[in-house]
Amino acid sequence: MGLKIGILALQGDYHKHGQAVTKLGYEPVFVKDNQTLNQCDKLIIPGGESTTFLYLIDKLELRPALLEFGREKAIMGTCAGLITLAAEVKQSPYKTLGLIDIKVYRNAYGRQIDSFVDTVELYFNDTPISFEGVFIRAPKIESCAHGIKKLGFHKNDTVVAANENILVTTFHPELTDDLRVHQYFIEKIGL
Amino acid sequence: MLNKEFLLKIGLAEMLKGGVIMDVTNSEQAKIAEDAGAVAVMALERIPADIRADGGVARMSNPKMIKEIQSVVSIPVMAKCRIGHFAEAQVLQTLGVDFIDESEVLTPADESNHIWKHDFKVPFVCGCRDIGEALRRIAEGAALIRTKGEAGSGNIVEAVRHMRAVQGEIRRIQTLASAELTSYAKNIGAPVELVQYVKENGKLPVLNFSAGGIATPADASLMMQLGAETNFVGSGIFKSQDPAARAKAIVMATTNFNDPDMVAKASEGLGDAMPGLEMSSIPEEEMLHKRGW
Repeated sequence: MGLKIGILALQGDYHKHGQAVTKLGYEPVFVKDNQTLNQCDKLIIPGGESTTFLYLIDKLELRPALLEFGREKAIMGTCAGLITLAAEVKQSPYKTLGLIDIKVYRNAYGRQIDSFVDTVELYFNDTPISFEGVFIRAPKIESCAHGIKKLGFHKNDTVVAANENILVTTFHPELTDDLRVHQYFIEKIGL
Repeated sequence: MLNKEFLLKIGLAEMLKGGVIMDVTNSEQAKIAEDAGAVAVMALERIPADIRADGGVARMSNPKMIKEIQSVVSIPVMAKCRIGHFAEAQVLQTLGVDFIDESEVLTPADESNHIWKHDFKVPFVCGCRDIGEALRRIAEGAALIRTKGEAGSGNIVEAVRHMRAVQGEIRRIQTLASAELTSYAKNIGAPVELVQYVKENGKLPVLNFSAGGIATPADASLMMQLGAETNFVGSGIFKSQDPAARAKAIVMATTNFNDPDMVAKASEGLGDAMPGLEMSSIPEEEMLHKRGW
């Protein structure tokens, strides 16, 4: 399986995603331009600051290529990556990519002092699994449009959502040693 | 495995990686920083160049000003407390500051002891000049290290010296035999467990950012190529002729630090950089990086 997994490397914890991809036996490719993006089979938009991502996406003229990529191939976004991919974001000064029809609140739990680690339940198949969710200044998915799959929950909140090509998490699977979210993305999304 | 609280602290540092953190003194500057793609702002009353010029005791910023900045930006807001001044740190934590910088830029409150940072839920960043200082701060609970450089100087020479010192010692530790680690740890004044971590992993246990002297896009690129994982820029932006343009250019050069064409493009048409100081013109007792140990 020589899949090349692109990781948007404008800013943020892209090396952590790279480590997860490598551990799963795939090749991580750090993406900063259109040419590199087009060599990838799938893409991960990491955690970081969504305002910085969106500023740089336009400044580096990556937006058209990212939109095209997301219509044809799979993209995963974690935390700031989720915000970047969402259709509607409260308190975002920039236009997001709108590749998944969800409505998002940024920093919905509060400031860093309100960041937390707690167990989330994931429904990747018939048997739910427990996963350690690392929530850092995390967003909340306020609502999902019709047809969006809700794949993970923390208390009453949806923390993982997906459509055919796009998988998003409000927490950071890349900050744990548990590779099951990355594995699910690479092996099951966008096929 | 890390305990959960520390995982959250270094997790936030991870989110800041590859970006630029900018010193700001009011909400207008904070907005300029956010619009330029800053990953966080450092709220302080006077930027280091002015602290240097004004003299007197430099303290934690006024909470009112920190709150104003928190209300206008969505990115993390950091603030500085004096070295050893844990009561200032308690105030900053209560204000909901996202990261506390226990900083040599302010006048030290304790000449012997830094803050015991494990007592706090909010993460701390601390300055260092060498590996021993870095590991002492990490032992006290710092979740992020920045090399000190010389704040408010507009001169990159100290930032380079400190970054090279840290990176060079990391390489050296990896060549040590296990039997040599204890004596090495004794000589640099750091816990042997942390020295062992560096030997096994080839890096510090937390991220290492650069600070103190970045004034141009090429300075930002230089520090990233020397091993910085993010750049703090203080006086370099708001002491320059066109702060908004310079802020954007330094963000662009930090992201594309290994692409000289992009750094060149970012360096065009920025107006004048801050004038900067020759190190020999700064009296020994006014060297900020000599504060803390």
